[in-house]
Amino acid sequence: MRCKMPRYRLSGVLSCVVAVASCASLALIPATAQAPYKAPRTPDGKANLNGIWQALNTANWDIVGHAANFGSLPQMGAQGATPPGIGVIEGDSLPYTPAAAAKQKENYKNRLALDPEVKCYLPGVPRATYQDHPFQIVQSPDTIMFIYEYAGGVRSIPMKNPGPAPAPSWMGWSWGKWDGDTLVVDATGFNDNTWFDRAGNFHSEALHVTERYTPRSADTLMYEATIEDPKTFTRPWKMSMPLYRHVEKNAQIMEFKCVEFVEELMYGHLRKGAPQQKGKQ
Amino acid sequence: MKHRIPVTVAALAAATILMTAPAFAQGGAGVKGSANAAWKAPRGADGHADLSGTWTNATSVPVERPKELGAKEFYTPEEMAANAKKAADRAAAQAAQAEGGDLAVHYDTNQFSLTGASQKRAPSMRTSLITGPEGRVPPLLPAAQKRQAARPRSTFDSYETRPLAERCYFWPNEGPPMMPVGYNSNLQIIQGPGFVAIEQEMIHDVRIIPTDGRPHLPSNIRQWFGDARGHWEGDTLVVETTNFTDRNPFRGSSDQMKVVEKFTRSSPDSVVYEFTVTDPATWEKSWSAEIQMSKIDGGLYEYACHEGNYGMANILSGARADEAAAAAKK
Repeated sequence: MRCKMPRYRLSGVLSCVVAVASCASLALIPATAQAPYKAPRTPDGKANLNGIWQALNTANWDIVGHAANFGSLPQMGAQGATPPGIGVIEGDSLPYTPAAAAKQKENYKNRLALDPEVKCYLPGVPRATYQDHPFQIVQSPDTIMFIYEYAGGVRSIPMKNPGPAPAPSWMGWSWGKWDGDTLVVDATGFNDNTWFDRAGNFHSEALHVTERYTPRSADTLMYEATIEDPKTFTRPWKMSMPLYRHVEKNAQIMEFKCVEFVEELMYGHLRKGAPQQKGKQ
Repeated sequence: MKHRIPVTVAALAAATILMTAPAFAQGGAGVKGSANAAWKAPRGADGHADLSGTWTNATSVPVERPKELGAKEFYTPEEMAANAKKAADRAAAQAAQAEGGDLAVHYDTNQFSLTGASQKRAPSMRTSLITGPEGRVPPLLPAAQKRQAARPRSTFDSYETRPLAERCYFWPNEGPPMMPVGYNSNLQIIQGPGFVAIEQEMIHDVRIIPTDGRPHLPSNIRQWFGDARGHWEGDTLVVETTNFTDRNPFRGSSDQMKVVEKFTRSSPDSVVYEFTVTDPATWEKSWSAEIQMSKIDGGLYEYACHEGNYGMANILSGARADEAAAAAKK
C-alpha cells in the first residue's frame, strides 16, 4: 500500500486513527501489485501469520461503497449512524441476480430485525474478518486456527483437504494451502443464515469463498476473498482490504460472549408477567 | 425441551460411564508417566513438547471417590476387571431399557456417541479424578455455603433463571478446569509461537493462552473463562488462570479462584491433564485432580449452541402456556 500520510503533523490519537483509516480506504490495490515483501518464517519455513489482526474500514456496515447515513435506531444518534466508506469490493455494485437484488433491498429495510449479527449469531465468512473486533491467527504446521473475538467464533483450518463438508454450518468448512507466502483458504459448507454486512448483502448455501492472506509488511496482511454463489450472483466477485496487526503491548483477544447482550431482545417477551408481544422473535 | 435432553443424556451417560473395555492391566495407567518412563515427547514446531492434536477427556472415573473406598486411590487389576464386567452388564440392561424410551425418541444414541462403547476413553485405574487421600472436593467454608444458598434458584420464570449452560454461555467442559462431561468431550490443541490455543468442540469457545511471560489482565477485568497465562516447565505446559467472574461458580467457587493446570504428553496417544484449584474464600485448602486425555482422529465440528437454541423460547413459552392453562381452570 503506497498511501501518502499527510505531511503536516497531526496530533492526538484521533487524528492518527483518521489518517490510518483514510489510508485503509484507499487500499483496494490487489496484493499482486505490491512490491514483493518477504515475510518472517515460522520454524517450519512458512510465512509467519501469527498475530492479532483487525480490519480498519466500514465493510461491516456495507461492503459496497456508501456515504454516511442514518442508523437503524434514532435513539443512538451519531453513535448509531452509518459511517461512510469507499467500499471493499471490486467495482461499484454486487452482481446480484434480479431476485437476489430485490431480497437485498428487503433485507436492508428490515436489517434491525433480520441481521444475524444483532442476535449474536456466528458471523460467517468473510464477515468475521472485518467486524468491529480483532481476530487472532495461531499457526502450527498442520492446522491454522482463526479465533474471532466476536461471539467466540473459530475456524480450525487443516492444511490438507478434508473432503466435502459433512453438513452446512455458520462458519463453514475450510482447508488451507500455501501459494508462496500466501495462505489460501478454501471455504464451503455454509448455511444461508449469515450476511456479508449490516446492509443486508447476503448469500445462499451455495457460497464458496476463496480467501488469500498475503503478508505485505511486518504489521499488515492483504486480505482478498473471491465469492462464488451462482444462486445469488451472476458471476464471481472479489473483495480486498488490508488487515492491521495489533502492535500494542500485551494485546489480547478478550471475551465478547454476546449471548448475554441479546437475551432480553430475544426472550424478554417470554418472561413471567411480560405483556405478550405477538410476532416478536 | 432443550433443558431436558442434556439431563436425560447425562443420566444415561452416568449410568454407562463405567463401560470401558480396554486392558487396564497394561501397567499402571492413571499414574503419570508410568506408561514408559523413557519415552520422550515429540517436539512441536515451537520446540516445546508437542501437545497439538484432537483429544477426548471422556473418562469412566468419577470426579469424587465413592465414600466406601476411603483413602484407596487406585483399583487393583482384579478389581478393574470385576468393575468392567459389572459396568458392561449394567450398560446392556440400560441399552435394553433405552430402546423405545425417552432418549431414543430424540437420538440414535450409537450414532451420536452417547453410548459408552462408541466413545474412546483413556484407561485409568483411579478411583476418582480428585487425587490425594480424600479424593473429594473439600467441604465449603461457611461463607461459601452462605453464598451458594443465596444464589437464585433455577425456575422457568425467565431466561435469567435458567442455567448458564442452557443459555449457551459456556459448558463445564470448557473450564478451566476442563471437566469431563457425559458426551462431546472433544477438544483441539494448537501451538503457535508464544501462544497455545485450546478449542472445545462444545460449545466452540477457544482458550488462547499466552506463553510469553506477560502479566495477567488488571484485576478489575473479569471474564467467564478468566484470564490464562502459560509457561513451560520442561515438557509440561503450566497454565495459571485468574480474573474469574463471580457469576459462574465452579463447585461453589468465588471470583478469587485460581486454577493451575498442567498438560504433559505421556505417550503418543495421551496427555495427562492435572489441575489444582485454590480459593481461600471457598475452601480451606487447595484440591487437585488428574484426567487422562486420549488422542482421537479428525478435527472438530461446529457446535452452534446459541444459534440453535430453540429450546430457550420453547421452555419459556411452555411455562407461560402452563400458567395460562392453570389460570383458566380457576
